[in-house]
Amino acid sequence: MVLTAVNSKENNQKVQTENVLVYNTKGLNLWYGDHHALKNINLKINEKEVTAIIGPSGCGKSTYIKTLNRMIDLVPGVKTNGSIEYRERDIFNKDFFVEELRTRVGMVFQKPNPFPKSIYENIAFGLKIHGIKNKQIINETVEKSLRGAALWEEVKDRIHEPAYGLSGGQQQRLCIARCLALEPDVILMDEPTSALDPVSTLKIEELIQELKQQYSIIIVTHNMQQAARISDRTAFFLNGEVVEYDVTDTIFNSPADSRTDDYISGRFG
Amino acid sequence: MENVDRIKSEEMINRIDGRLTKNKIVKGLFFIATLFTLIMLVVLLYRIIAQGAPYLSWDFLQNFASRRPEQAGIKAAVIGTIWMMAVVVPTAAIFGVGSAIYLEEYAKKNTLTRWIQMNISNLAGVPSVVFGLLGLTIFVRLFGFGNSILAAGFTMSLLVLPVIIVASQEAVRAVPNELKEASYGLGATKWQTISRVVIPYAIPGIATGSILAFSRAIGETAPLIVVGIPTFVAFLPSGVFDSFTALPMQIYNWTSRPQEEFHNLAAAGIIVLLVVLIMMNSVAVWIRNRYQSR
Repeated sequence: MVLTAVNSKENNQKVQTENVLVYNTKGLNLWYGDHHALKNINLKINEKEVTAIIGPSGCGKSTYIKTLNRMIDLVPGVKTNGSIEYRERDIFNKDFFVEELRTRVGMVFQKPNPFPKSIYENIAFGLKIHGIKNKQIINETVEKSLRGAALWEEVKDRIHEPAYGLSGGQQQRLCIARCLALEPDVILMDEPTSALDPVSTLKIEELIQELKQQYSIIIVTHNMQQAARISDRTAFFLNGEVVEYDVTDTIFNSPADSRTDDYISGRFG
Repeated sequence: MENVDRIKSEEMINRIDGRLTKNKIVKGLFFIATLFTLIMLVVLLYRIIAQGAPYLSWDFLQNFASRRPEQAGIKAAVIGTIWMMAVVVPTAAIFGVGSAIYLEEYAKKNTLTRWIQMNISNLAGVPSVVFGLLGLTIFVRLFGFGNSILAAGFTMSLLVLPVIIVASQEAVRAVPNELKEASYGLGATKWQTISRVVIPYAIPGIATGSILAFSRAIGETAPLIVVGIPTFVAFLPSGVFDSFTALPMQIYNWTSRPQEEFHNLAAAGIIVLLVVLIMMNSVAVWIRNRYQSR
């Protein structure tokens, strides 16, 4: 596997000295009914980095990312223990409203899911539910968010047309713009390119590199090359456990665990 | 072995004729079934129109009921039906859509909810006379509304509620999960998600189901008879506590008279009722088509 090689030792040191944590997961367990889906997860996620989560289907990677903004609450019969701290606040604490958590932590889903409204209204939605009615603020935010998601030039003449008229890749970037409108701290991406063609995928990947300057990004991906291309750190999940978590170069070039090696070299999964 | 195979395939070829004949017979049977229904409908419509059309006139719509057939009209019945529906539509819509949203979005999916769900579906099949008796006991006697517009309207609301609930539930269930996730993911509360995502998406389905249910309320006679709605009314109601008569009651009354002319008047009344129903159903179809192409 060819990688854009950065000296991994240097990178490692940088990570240890400079970074601030956005998420600190301590001993997280999660059950769907009787099924133990996440087993004693311990992960520290750094600010303004791209953290990739890889692993075969059913390994718990999507479950984990959905726990980070408590979207998992929507699934009936889920039980958790352990803790996840977001900026040193326990997200399972009753005083930490899930609405606040989800405002600070945006999410982009597997399938582009714009609302059946205009492009403009899709982005204004987030502002409106938070009580922002000022037209000027909304207009400026719409433009800024679309620019931020590298979509403005393509849609500036038709922002009042239905979002369903956009291509799949454009729709996904619109969903990213919809997140950006709320100025989030973290953006969670759950296999954001799995429903897209290679060209659209590339655009999203380039966009992620841009967004990294301002936001902390956690991305679940099926595609190992994608993880290698865009992430700073990678966590390898298998059967609900974190097998290995390290700087991306280390994971792909000299993994410590033989199961990681087997997975990234395509022997299973 | 090869021999057996050859005999088998020859047999299969020989059977094609028989299979095709059966195919044609079945197609014919289904066609006859459809044709029979259609013919019955056409005969019925023809009889009613032939009988009632000559009696349709502006006067017929403008006059009150009368002992003299040539002066009798359906003014009180038409206005009465409009009054009744003015009670039914808001009552049934609010309670129906409210229950549907509660059951789909809020209620935990446990044995109790499933039991309630089953009973609602069963209620949709309960004969309308039974709802009439319920209305008589509760609204007419217990609440003391008498044979008023309010009593009849509430009774009809109960009658159509199960249909509206079930139709609205289906519409709410059809809202894609991804859209709800998108809303929650932006920090929306449950109510914001329901009011801004779920209801706008489900509205066409809710409206279509509700309109079909309302058209049933317009045509129902049995509950009105049980509630004690009069058939001969020569005044217009001035409020929901007034007595009134409705289109199906007027038609029922005319058909039970001995004179031939009143039967013809009944046919004319049926034409008016049919036109109203067809109009309502067309609106339902129009709404469905309009939002489907979205």
